[in-house]
Amino acid sequence: MLEHFNKAFESKARLGIMSVLMVNESLSFNALKELLNLTDGNLATHLRALEEQGYLLVRKQFVGRKPNTTYGATSEGRLAFTNHLNALEAFIRTGQY
Amino acid sequence: MNSQQDSIQALSEIRDLMHRSSKFLSLSGLSGIFAGITALIGASVAYLRLKTDAFNYESSEQMTVLTRRDMIEFILIDGSIVLVVAILLGCFFTIRKAKKSGQSVWNPVSKRMLVSLLIPLVTGGIFCLAMFYRNMLWVSFPATLIFYGLALLNASKYTVRDLEYLGILEVILGLISLFLTGYNLLVWAFGFGVLHIVYGTLMYFKYERGTSHS
Repeated sequence: MLEHFNKAFESKARLGIMSVLMVNESLSFNALKELLNLTDGNLATHLRALEEQGYLLVRKQFVGRKPNTTYGATSEGRLAFTNHLNALEAFIRTGQY
Repeated sequence: MNSQQDSIQALSEIRDLMHRSSKFLSLSGLSGIFAGITALIGASVAYLRLKTDAFNYESSEQMTVLTRRDMIEFILIDGSIVLVVAILLGCFFTIRKAKKSGQSVWNPVSKRMLVSLLIPLVTGGIFCLAMFYRNMLWVSFPATLIFYGLALLNASKYTVRDLEYLGILEVILGLISLFLTGYNLLVWAFGFGVLHIVYGTLMYFKYERGTSHS
């Protein structure tokens, strides 16, 4: 059971990012910032960590002249997050790892 | 992740975030109540002006060209005023509620909700104009109910689920109204007036009264 507790989701912020991206196809940096109440630097760090894991799909575009980066969950990320949730649920039900 | 308590809290935070990020929850029940009142006033004005619920098939057949044009003009103006006032009041209460709960009004979810609301609604609007053009005045009463109901049904994916029920009721009422042609204005007033007020009141007590002091 223990191996399903994913290290990548240990921080609250990363758990939050993945939860939001499970139900939204893609969101901009600012939308994520507003939803999760994080600072720019903090959010960027967590996003990079998840991207390195291959859990996030990052798309950089330009809206007019402003750069606009949107984030979405990869299928790998979705699977990892679902497994993590199942592990959490099982843990709550049985009270043990 | 070292205790059961932590896990329970993590799960409830996840649930809350998923809910908040995929649903626009700032629609105010008060918007519904005031939209309903506006619709009732609009319907009363129409009733007083036309003295009778004359929008049935038979009487519109008998109308002369001039009175028909008068009536179309009057209904268009009356309807537009109701629409604009209801939208303005709706925006006002929604923005107020969003501000109170510290949420933004213009975000990806509210945009998606608005688009899914507007597509059936604009389609219905154009349909009604075409019916006016074809001199089938009465059809616009059931049609506004039906298209509005479908618009709500579509938008309910991005807001509280309850909106779905209001949408279904409006569609049913519109369909009934297609057959009860003698009572078009009455059914319209019930759908846009009474149902909105009932729905708005229910939503207000369900979602807003309990949280207004926080």
